[in-house]
Amino acid sequence: MWDWEYAFSIMPQLLKALQITISATILGFLLACILGLLLAFARRSNFKPLSLVTGGFVEFVRSTPLLAQLYFIFYVLPQCGIMLSPLSAGVIGLGLHYSTYLSEVYRAGIDAVPRGQWEASTALNFSRTRTWLSVILPQAIPPIIPVMGNYFIGMFKDTPLLSAITLVEVLQAAKIIGSHTFRYIEPITIVGLMFLVLSYVSSVGIRRLEARLNRW
Amino acid sequence: MIPINPPFDLLPALLPGVGITLQLTIFSSLLAFMLAFIVGFGRLSKYKSIQVVSTIYVEFFRGTSLLVQLFWAYFVLPHFGLELTAMQAGVIVLGLNYGAYASEVVRSSILAVPKSQTEAGIALNMTSTQIMYRVILPQAFLTMLPPFGNLLIELLKGTALVSLITLSDLMFMGAQLRITTLRTTEVFCLVLIIYFIIAYPLILGVRGLESKFSKGRA
Repeated sequence: MWDWEYAFSIMPQLLKALQITISATILGFLLACILGLLLAFARRSNFKPLSLVTGGFVEFVRSTPLLAQLYFIFYVLPQCGIMLSPLSAGVIGLGLHYSTYLSEVYRAGIDAVPRGQWEASTALNFSRTRTWLSVILPQAIPPIIPVMGNYFIGMFKDTPLLSAITLVEVLQAAKIIGSHTFRYIEPITIVGLMFLVLSYVSSVGIRRLEARLNRW
Repeated sequence: MIPINPPFDLLPALLPGVGITLQLTIFSSLLAFMLAFIVGFGRLSKYKSIQVVSTIYVEFFRGTSLLVQLFWAYFVLPHFGLELTAMQAGVIVLGLNYGAYASEVVRSSILAVPKSQTEAGIALNMTSTQIMYRVILPQAFLTMLPPFGNLLIELLKGTALVSLITLSDLMFMGAQLRITTLRTTEVFCLVLIIYFIIAYPLILGVRGLESKFSKGRA
């Protein structure tokens, strides 16, 4: 049933495709971190229309499937003249989808900073920018790092969806190998194991990080 | 570019897909709900073997990608002689996957009930079953509701993935319709809006339940 020789022979191809998966995850996560913070700021804005629109946007993106959004970005945007490669469409889709989750995480982190910190900054005559950069964010970010880490793993596990918009990431590579050789057992099982190992290792890493952050 | 008139003529072609999406959501959420309690209790079991088996199940399904699991069930299992239709594969995999996430909710909610509640139950000479069903679970269930609601929405979104194993759900119908009509913008906007229309009552329902159950409690 399981052919070890065949399994080893396809490993190089799969590992190469895994690099695409990992780079899509990392780029998407960076985008999500930045966009998420911007969304969190926009939602806290005193300008009511901006915070309402942002709230609606976050709600909409969070309650529709990532796959539908990826199709939208990949097939609809070119009609408006924005041509995207599968990888960049995928990174934008992942980043946008997860930024709405991360914006809620940031919000929780910011809300958890005691009021006294804001008052102290006002008392010290700090500017708004300085208050955010040197008082609020340094206290808001560290506690939420483990939560962000969990979203990172979640995003990693969502990258196979990019195969739907023709990106040859690791699952698509497995499918192509399978369709050439008519053996699906090894490639798809190996991909599953790769995900299992990588996400298990990273979740252990996050647990360690969490324990370390809680020490302070 | 952006359609001024709502493309209602596309709706009849998409509606059969909505039916499949709803069916999948309902069946797999029922499966996930049952599994959540079985596995959640399993992880708290005093028998080491049950604990280990349920932990492996949870780590396995949370650690691998949902789409990989779907592919595995649909493309690999037939090689082992287990032929599943796309619908069966979809319901089983979605149920198993979200069941694993939901079991963590069950476990942590039960653990979050203060120990003094169990002690009070013992003091009142209740059996351990009575303590679980009359004291712990009613309190833990309230804690479970919001995360369960969120998972239900995640599951609904997850059903879109079955379109990739050839099940003709809403997403699949949308992708097909794009190819036949070439009205890409309208089709995908409509698909996104339909998903939102299905999800939004769920969000509101969960919020309603939450406030209803928390009435009269601290």
